[in-house]
Amino acid sequence: MSTRLATHGRLLDKSRPLTFTFNGKSFKGVEGDTLASALLANDQMMIGRSFKYHRPRGLVASGAEEPNGLVNMGEGGKFEPNQRVTTTELFDGLTCKSQNHWPSLDYDIGAINNHMARFMPAGFYYKTFMFPRFAWKHVFEPVIRMSAGLGNAPKDRDADTYEHFYAFVDVLVIGGGVAGLQAAKAAGDAGAKVLLIEQTAHWGGRAAVDGGTVDGVPVQAFIDATIDALDAMPNVQMRHRMMGAGVYDHGYVLGYERLTDHAPKTAGPRHRLWRICAAQTITATGALERGLSFAGNDIPGVLLASAVRDYAVNFGVSVGDRTVVVTNNDDAYRTAISLKEAGLDVPVILDARPTGGGALADAARALGIRVENGKAIASVQGGKRVTGVAICDQAGEGAVLEEIRCDCVAMSGGWSPVVHLWSHCGGKLNWDDDAVHFRPDPDRPPTGAKGEAFVITAGNASGEMDLHSVLQDADKAGKSAAKASGHAPTRTAAPTGESAPEAVMMAIWLMPHGAPIKLRAKSWLDYQNDVKVSDIQLAAQEGYESVEHAKRYTTLGMATDQGKLSNINGLATLANALDAEIPQVGTTTFRPPYTPISMGAIGGEARGDIFQPIRRTPMQGWHEANNGDFEPVGHWRRVFCYPKADETREQAAHREVLATRASLGLLDASTLGKIIVKGPDAGKFLDMLYTNMMSTLKPGRCRYGLMCSENGFLMDDGVVARIDDDTFLCHTTTGGAERIHAHMEEWLQTEWWDWQVYAANVTEQYAQIAVVGPNARKLLQKLTDEDVSNDAFSFMGWSDLTLGHIKARVFRISFSGELSYEIAVSASQGRALWDRLLVAGKEFGVTPYGTEALHIMRAEKGFIMIGDETDGTVIPQDLGLNWAISKKKTDYLGKRAQQRSHMADPDRWKLVGLKTLDGGTLPDGAYIVGEGVNANGQRRVIGRVTSTYHSPTLGYGIAFALLLHGPDRMGEVVNVAMIDDVDVPAQVCDLVFFDKDGEKQNV
Amino acid sequence: MSNAVSALEGAEFNGFAEVREIGLQGMITLRGDLGSKAMAGAVKSATGLKLPELRRIEQAEGQAVAWMSPDELLVMVPYEDVQKTLVALDKALKGTHYMAVDVSDARAVFQVTGPAAGDVIAKLAPIDMGALATGEIRRSRLAQIPAAFWLVGDDTVSGTVQVVCFRSVAQYGFDLLKTAAENGTEVGFLA
Amino acid sequence: MLILECPYCGVTAEETEFHGGGEAHLTRHGPDSSEQDFEDYLFQRENPKGVHFERWRHVNGCGKWLHAARCTLTLEVFGTYNAQTFEPPKHIKDAITAKRPGWTWRTFS
Repeated sequence: MSTRLATHGRLLDKSRPLTFTFNGKSFKGVEGDTLASALLANDQMMIGRSFKYHRPRGLVASGAEEPNGLVNMGEGGKFEPNQRVTTTELFDGLTCKSQNHWPSLDYDIGAINNHMARFMPAGFYYKTFMFPRFAWKHVFEPVIRMSAGLGNAPKDRDADTYEHFYAFVDVLVIGGGVAGLQAAKAAGDAGAKVLLIEQTAHWGGRAAVDGGTVDGVPVQAFIDATIDALDAMPNVQMRHRMMGAGVYDHGYVLGYERLTDHAPKTAGPRHRLWRICAAQTITATGALERGLSFAGNDIPGVLLASAVRDYAVNFGVSVGDRTVVVTNNDDAYRTAISLKEAGLDVPVILDARPTGGGALADAARALGIRVENGKAIASVQGGKRVTGVAICDQAGEGAVLEEIRCDCVAMSGGWSPVVHLWSHCGGKLNWDDDAVHFRPDPDRPPTGAKGEAFVITAGNASGEMDLHSVLQDADKAGKSAAKASGHAPTRTAAPTGESAPEAVMMAIWLMPHGAPIKLRAKSWLDYQNDVKVSDIQLAAQEGYESVEHAKRYTTLGMATDQGKLSNINGLATLANALDAEIPQVGTTTFRPPYTPISMGAIGGEARGDIFQPIRRTPMQGWHEANNGDFEPVGHWRRVFCYPKADETREQAAHREVLATRASLGLLDASTLGKIIVKGPDAGKFLDMLYTNMMSTLKPGRCRYGLMCSENGFLMDDGVVARIDDDTFLCHTTTGGAERIHAHMEEWLQTEWWDWQVYAANVTEQYAQIAVVGPNARKLLQKLTDEDVSNDAFSFMGWSDLTLGHIKARVFRISFSGELSYEIAVSASQGRALWDRLLVAGKEFGVTPYGTEALHIMRAEKGFIMIGDETDGTVIPQDLGLNWAISKKKTDYLGKRAQQRSHMADPDRWKLVGLKTLDGGTLPDGAYIVGEGVNANGQRRVIGRVTSTYHSPTLGYGIAFALLLHGPDRMGEVVNVAMIDDVDVPAQVCDLVFFDKDGEKQNV
Repeated sequence: MSNAVSALEGAEFNGFAEVREIGLQGMITLRGDLGSKAMAGAVKSATGLKLPELRRIEQAEGQAVAWMSPDELLVMVPYEDVQKTLVALDKALKGTHYMAVDVSDARAVFQVTGPAAGDVIAKLAPIDMGALATGEIRRSRLAQIPAAFWLVGDDTVSGTVQVVCFRSVAQYGFDLLKTAAENGTEVGFLA
Repeated sequence: MLILECPYCGVTAEETEFHGGGEAHLTRHGPDSSEQDFEDYLFQRENPKGVHFERWRHVNGCGKWLHAARCTLTLEVFGTYNAQTFEPPKHIKDAITAKRPGWTWRTFS
């Protein structure tokens, strides 16, 4: 059984006990434990079940590469699935549950898949769920949904907060092992601004577990001294619990800092996503151990040799009492030696190499450990945990020579440098035949904005595997990075490391070498996704020769660990099956993030009230206090209507229309875009921008204009006021201000840069209030001594007035057909004016109205709305706006496009009015259908409704529609298709439904 | 003009840095040929300040002139002096191609104060606050909105950062800064 | 994340401060142009693997339009320059030639 050792546990503070629960059972751990070590200390060997066959699964690793140890963590707003127990620091009160089983971890129905395994080979899903078609929906999908997925989806809103941070450094060092520490020191000594990050809570990495000396002192002493030295350097910052998640173009790196995962009651954000701009990045990301492929290598109790060692040395946990070590390299002997030194039994070390190991092997033998060279595991015995191993020759087909009782197997298939971050942005790899791994090719690095190399690897991540070369390489990396970022490195020598010399390893991709199918089908590569050696071989046999295809066919490396444990073994297996060399097969693509990061961290601060900017007008507070019912218009929130007590939105809008038409309405029109265009060439410029002539407009007057894109399509409309000879004020739609201002700047800067024109977006400088209705002039006159009579201040004119003490610019324009003034004042006085208008308008029953009333009134008057009648494919001619298109001008934006044959086609749908025969209101967007069917057998569509309202003024439904030959169909009754297949007849009519002669606005 | 109010009427927040809306600030967008003598003269006569160089801001008590783009300055004067300043600019630039418009009410201005003010900004803006020099103006974005930043007076980053954004998003801007300055969220990177 | 230098304000900033504006050095064709010229102007764009010229606007900055000479394969930026020009300035062309001898793009080389 696995248990806590009395001695050992260098990362623990055993004086601080912690309590946690796993599947509702209460367990004890201590400060410094990971959830993984604490579970093992409580003899919780089985931790979950695999994805496909639901086989019992225990821990394999001790770090980020762990494929099995995933749990549902926390509850309510703190719930999160798929938390890796090996990288989860234990805290008091932690609760977690195992995943992928039903009804329970010990008794799982899905495990029947295990017995069906032979019928569920690679590609099973693709092959099986194709036919019959109906079965997918009614049989396969429901069953798969029950058993599929890792963990559960959270149900509650995330209770935590997150944030981003932008950091700029000369040298970013990722990884706080001895290589990272030394690289940071070398770069820091050169004066570079250095950020050193480490994903765990500890500095020094594996070195302290593996031993050795640096400059004659134990490696731990070197680590402590280097940390002190770095701490003292003002140009170096060190942050732990921070992972280098991804390396991106031009030296951009994402750092993922986990601030409170280990102490969830602490205030502040849970995760902080660092967006780091680094001139140079050093990846000192270490190496990951690989497993070996032998039958039963997934039974709980089979772990990586390094993990068994970590649990013993770092956490004082013995995974088993009797551990069989199986290896193809010297490093695993360190595990045997540590276990022996901890008083545990190591019945045998199986070294697959015929010639065996070097100095470490001698040391093991000296401790009395039996070492067998050229031997392998034929199979592991046990179900929910290891009970023994059958031994065979590595060279043969697995004839069992001996059976040994044990409760733990420590395996080592060699080490792979962590090349992920090097590869994210295009760094290339070489296959190293001696070390049997891919290592970064320093001659083909990722390149940055200037074509420069911007990633340097250090230590194990470079493929340097012994302590001395690690330190030499890291020192060189630190100095090179400092130099590349403009700092002069010191001439100090790198520290000298000393560790046991190691004999060469041997590539072992299958154990035993000639393992028959029966063994291969129990030799696991990807534990989480249940991919076995036999699956890869089948994929190769079925023609999936590319490693990327084989990956997708078998799901190898597609689990949450992204193949950290399985990929190299998998592609070596594929290479063997294809009779190709490993480098020819290559690796799958390494993509960020290195390990999964939280969605919350990606979102950062953008949630709740600050999810996105909400634009507010100066009168927003009044609207909120007076029951304004808002609708989004771009990032603005405009009032749709102001419902009273029991009113529906529709009733409120209708009341607002009637009150405005009868007497007086007020609209907050501040959101309309306002752009000042000034200069000697301003008129010429506006003539190019608008379809009609603006240069002939007289100062003091206003003109409605249309703007098209160079494609000819209508993009915006609005009223232009000429302020003086040189100056125009262009009004845009609410959503259009920024877009139109940018449009102007684009043409001014990139096409007509010799024209003397300046544009300024002054939208937010002004609050604008529309005073609308038959009593509008009376209200205006109450606030000013100046003459605002029709003669003095005529329709389509503007005037600077003082209203009370407030200076205002007033435009006599109308979008409602009523007598109407739009009053612009400084934004800081907008609320004051609004309040004053409400008081002064009381005698006229002044009614604030919202966008729905605005829309109804404009539709009654036949005015188009950008975004309703236009959708980016509509030209002004479609809308019958030919009157606003100058025939005199030789050019304007969109003119050439409007001459194209399709644009001039008489069959383009044209805008008309529609009235239902029964007075009802048509649904928005409804299609108008003609006779016959189209090529697909669908009813022929001849038009669509673009705007539709119930007109409270007229008492019936009114609509606009784009209709084939529309203007020629006046009086005709057309059919509007409803979604329930019933057609509603509607009569084609003029666009102007109300006050056709404009008598109301011209008083 | 007693009824003129800034977007947030001087909202304040105290976290590990202090965030404050400074109230009404006179601002004029001035566009024209920044290389011309007339422009330098106009700025001098209207504010007493010299024309700022590329990405610089000239500051004096109650006045400042910031370089916004190769043909644009932002002239800052007390709110009540805007009309007077516009008249002075118009007079000095008469006959040249230029534009001077009042944008005082189109903006919101915040100050973030405290040794860790830079860290607050660095949570929201993709700029190197550690490298922001005295007298430099940096236009960028504050999370999802455009904003400009500079250090007040000759203060270094350990002092006060001035942040300008558009008025309609003043609440968003303030809430961002407030969230970033919340106690318990200290970063300790720049300070 | 691309890092670009704005040739107007001198700021070196990440992509989120800029907004891409498609291909650079297009010639506008107006009302008198042929169907072919107009089609080319509106719709026909280069899509090279290698040297490319594009427009960017420093939206969250000085607001100016700039041109960037960039390698679409390695994302190397050979240089940025003002948009008020009909062709890349010599120093930009030289910088490209130094890195990608023999390059061509439309009528430039």
